[in-house]
Amino acid sequence: MLTLAGASLLPAQTSQAPVSFDRIIGAQKEPQNWLTYSGGTMSQRHSPLTQITPDNVKNLDLQWVFQAKSLERYEVTPLVVDGVMYSIQNPDDVVALDAVTGRVFWMYSYTPSKEARPCCGRLSRGLAILGETLFLGTIDARLVALDTKNGKPLWNVSVGKPEEGYAITHAPLVVKDKVIVGMAGGEYGIRGYIAAFEVKTGKEAWRFYTIPGKGEPGNETWKGDSWMHGGASIWVTGSYDPELNLTYWGVGNPGPDWNGDNRLGDNLYSDSVVALDADTGKLKWYYQFSPHDEFDYDSTQIPVLVDMPWQGKDGQTRPRKVMLWANRNGLFYVIDRSTGEFLLGKPFAKVTWMNGFDEKGRPMKVASAASSKTGTLIFPGNQGATNWYNPSYSPHTGLFYIPTWDDYSSLFVKQDAEYIQGQTFSGGGPRNTAPPIVTAGFNYRKEGEMYGSVRAIDPKTGEMKWDFKMADVTDAGILTTASDVLFSGGREGYFFALDARNGNLLWKSSVGGRVTSGPMTYSVAGKQYVVVCAGNSLFTFALRQ
Amino acid sequence: MTRFRGFTGFAVSLNVQDDMRIGSARVAIFVITAATLLAQHEFVPADALAGSTLYIANCIYCHGPEGDQIPGINLGRGKFKRASTDADLVKIIRDGIPGTGMPAQAMQERQIMLIVAYLRSVAATPVSKLPPGGEAARGKLVLEGKGGCLNCHRIKDAGSRVGPDLSDIGLTRRIVEIEQSILDPDALVLPQYRYFRLVTKGGATHTGRILNQDSFTIQMIDTQQRLLSFSKSDLRELVAIEKSPMPSYRDKLTSQERTDLLWYLASLKGV
Repeated sequence: MLTLAGASLLPAQTSQAPVSFDRIIGAQKEPQNWLTYSGGTMSQRHSPLTQITPDNVKNLDLQWVFQAKSLERYEVTPLVVDGVMYSIQNPDDVVALDAVTGRVFWMYSYTPSKEARPCCGRLSRGLAILGETLFLGTIDARLVALDTKNGKPLWNVSVGKPEEGYAITHAPLVVKDKVIVGMAGGEYGIRGYIAAFEVKTGKEAWRFYTIPGKGEPGNETWKGDSWMHGGASIWVTGSYDPELNLTYWGVGNPGPDWNGDNRLGDNLYSDSVVALDADTGKLKWYYQFSPHDEFDYDSTQIPVLVDMPWQGKDGQTRPRKVMLWANRNGLFYVIDRSTGEFLLGKPFAKVTWMNGFDEKGRPMKVASAASSKTGTLIFPGNQGATNWYNPSYSPHTGLFYIPTWDDYSSLFVKQDAEYIQGQTFSGGGPRNTAPPIVTAGFNYRKEGEMYGSVRAIDPKTGEMKWDFKMADVTDAGILTTASDVLFSGGREGYFFALDARNGNLLWKSSVGGRVTSGPMTYSVAGKQYVVVCAGNSLFTFALRQ
Repeated sequence: MTRFRGFTGFAVSLNVQDDMRIGSARVAIFVITAATLLAQHEFVPADALAGSTLYIANCIYCHGPEGDQIPGINLGRGKFKRASTDADLVKIIRDGIPGTGMPAQAMQERQIMLIVAYLRSVAATPVSKLPPGGEAARGKLVLEGKGGCLNCHRIKDAGSRVGPDLSDIGLTRRIVEIEQSILDPDALVLPQYRYFRLVTKGGATHTGRILNQDSFTIQMIDTQQRLLSFSKSDLRELVAIEKSPMPSYRDKLTSQERTDLLWYLASLKGV
């Protein structure tokens, strides 16, 4: 141990072995680290750490804050490996911090091209790591590899054309020897795709288009040439099942968003989950949540992979590999992740655009549920009953927790749209039906006028078990731990802890700005920390000593 | 049924049905007859409502509530010096006009389009003018006397702070809107003027205008003009009062008194 004038080496710097892919798929075995965006490739956003409990969580104290220079929404989930935190400063700077004190080891500054035009925030939701390399997707559609020790770029490749609207805003996903990213830009008439790159060189290994090309199966679900600018973007990190060797990605809405007149058909694979062979990118199966969507119901949610007992059609209960999905369209799904078979679908919030499923799991749309020139009132509204912010599954409670918007509607208005490269191609837009929160943050809403909640449901049935209501809607993800503590936040600037068993409020802290990230947790030298981003800052809490 | 602002000439009502059935919006749309502004975008009434808020926040102090305070320009009638299309208007609002008093606005294009929607909606309605024969001085006496308006409203340093402040009402509201509030105050209660009633666990009842709330607390100014903050966990009842606490003056005042009152309110342009 080095000493300098009495100072001792902080525990953080005692071991920093390269992160192998075995460590990533075995992430639950090293709960002190957070090795992927979702905490593991199964994306449950659940930690085995138990130091913070329902009894002592009220003793959480702020440890340190990283204030980013950008005022853009802070949606990052940082990684932590052996005491070093790797995070983002919007839009695409990468920073390595001491996870104990928050002091900066190094910072990599990235200047995006002037052509970058992400629709909904100049930001990045995080990084991936493998070996001693970090991977960053940028808003000008590039993929950059950085050295974890000094932040130096190792390679930097183009993935798409920013002048056409392509961007990367999600944390990449590492699978074996490849790093996978998808293209945002659905509001610009892109043709979306997911691509895998060799981690050592950045060479593209495979590409899967989220809209089939001419002659390919599924292309017939787009009228005429509408497929060429049909959107179907990717902007949230996918998941990976190492036993099936499948990687799962949620696909965004078709374009133009609110006018489906010139893209008649189901518009595959927009608003779908696609299961791809991780080695080749070949499609194994898909399930489409919202065929021919005109309500912007991106299925860009985290695919949550769970092994659980499931009662089959023969009445027998057997272990089954499933995927839990709370969709922007207001419905909760259970899908067999080996085959894509639809197992369960049930509203988890107020839904008026459909009134059931057929025997194959296709939603039965209400005939009048279509965007219109004068506006059609639909529940849920445009932002959805949930969105990109992550849910959590706790194997401890067996419950699935959803950041929810309810009593929320929009008037969907259709307008003509003409594709012009680099310009928005959306065909109308939603209109508010409840008082929005005005700039200064005043909330005048009354009962029945949209609210947010942390909603716990039983994934076996889709029934709600408890609901923690908030006065405003939420953009915060959810973290659960093995000690049955649930962490989340909301737009009001509270970061809070609930009892995951019953939704009771255990602790809250006013962090001042909107909580717009998914919380995560790690430990160093036996001390557990909890992290959340709010406003333009990253906050770290731990128990009072 | 939820009613939105009733501009003279059109009203929007949403008949929201429950559960799985979809609500339908019945909208009366006016044909724009003004030839000076060419239609390029189709707007819905919700756009005009949202645009009115932005217009009040950003434009009204120079252009006035009717849009006619700058010589040669009448925004409310679609009369412009440099714009003939929506795109022209958007550009002017976004970029300003160098060398003139019109500054560039730091707004997203979508917000600017809402202002354009509001201007179109105003242009589609009859001109909002003061009825003839009124006198502001007489109106002041009505307001302070028979009308009892200062029991709830405040003008500069006189009156109650609980209701909407009227000190600059002549600047921030069109005459037709002020008139509607006098005759039918229930037609539109803006969210920031909602009244709530709460009862604490100790049995105390407080009624007042909401100022803010979050998941755990609510802030209000009560009928005694106290700024109060409550923890929601200390309450046993919290309800929004649907009807406006303001009575209709259709039968309480004579036609002349209402005209005089309107003249006085229209003269209030703030400090």
